Amino acid sequence: MAEDHQLWISQELAEGIRRHGAETFPYECCGAMLGRDLDELTESRREVLGLFPLVNRRDDSPRNRFAVTAEDVRDAEKAAREHGLEVVGWYHSHPDHPARPSEFDREHAWPWYSYVIVSVMSGTPADMTSWRLNDDRQAYRPESIEIGNRTLA
Amino acid sequence: MAVKVIIPTPLRVYAAKKDSAEVSARTVGEALGGLTAQFAELRKHLFTDDGKLRSFVNVYLNDEDIRYMAKEATPVKDGDVVSIVPSIAGGCCSLILGVTTRKF
Repeated sequence: MAEDHQLWISQELAEGIRRHGAETFPYECCGAMLGRDLDELTESRREVLGLFPLVNRRDDSPRNRFAVTAEDVRDAEKAAREHGLEVVGWYHSHPDHPARPSEFDREHAWPWYSYVIVSVMSGTPADMTSWRLNDDRQAYRPESIEIGNRTLA
Repeated sequence: MAVKVIIPTPLRVYAAKKDSAEVSARTVGEALGGLTAQFAELRKHLFTDDGKLRSFVNVYLNDEDIRYMAKEATPVKDGDVVSIVPSIAGGCCSLILGVTTRKF
């Protein structure tokens, strides 16, 4: 993968992620991000053009875990195709925890996807970050987020 | 048996950007083995170090989840389609459970 990855998302969609995290607090929220890669060669520039909020299937431990089933993934992919997009990543919240991927996140991550994490502190959305899993699966690489002003053309 | 394996989007970068591969196999397990023989970098994303399918890797034979069949030993026939479908999981942290101490 390219050295520097950039994720563009509109202010409205960024607020949508934050709002989902606030609504589900103290539980983790999750959802798909629909969009496209702007640079097919390096896949380093990606834009999010829609969200597909999902239900956290970890009803046994929603305060610290989230899960999206294969059926949910297929539904998200279908929605993306209907809009001429693809699923470019997933977002979830960290209630009362920093917006940094955990070891559990890393163990379960897929490459290529952008993983956006929003920290929700005492019910209020705070930092939002994005990450991509390295090819060797041993760590994530941060992805810069550009919100609102579209500079990736 | 000639089988098609559908490659999910996040793994296509390791498969020359292909969305599927044709393999010769007698079982689903052999089909996945055929896929990783063609594209070795896929292996670590599909299997753990001890060779087991990762928990978030779902495999379907035609439209049926192999977990409800014979898993990787599920036999395949000509024209079958093996699909790899992600599930997504994560979470912030381990919960720290409250510990009650009793004083004697």
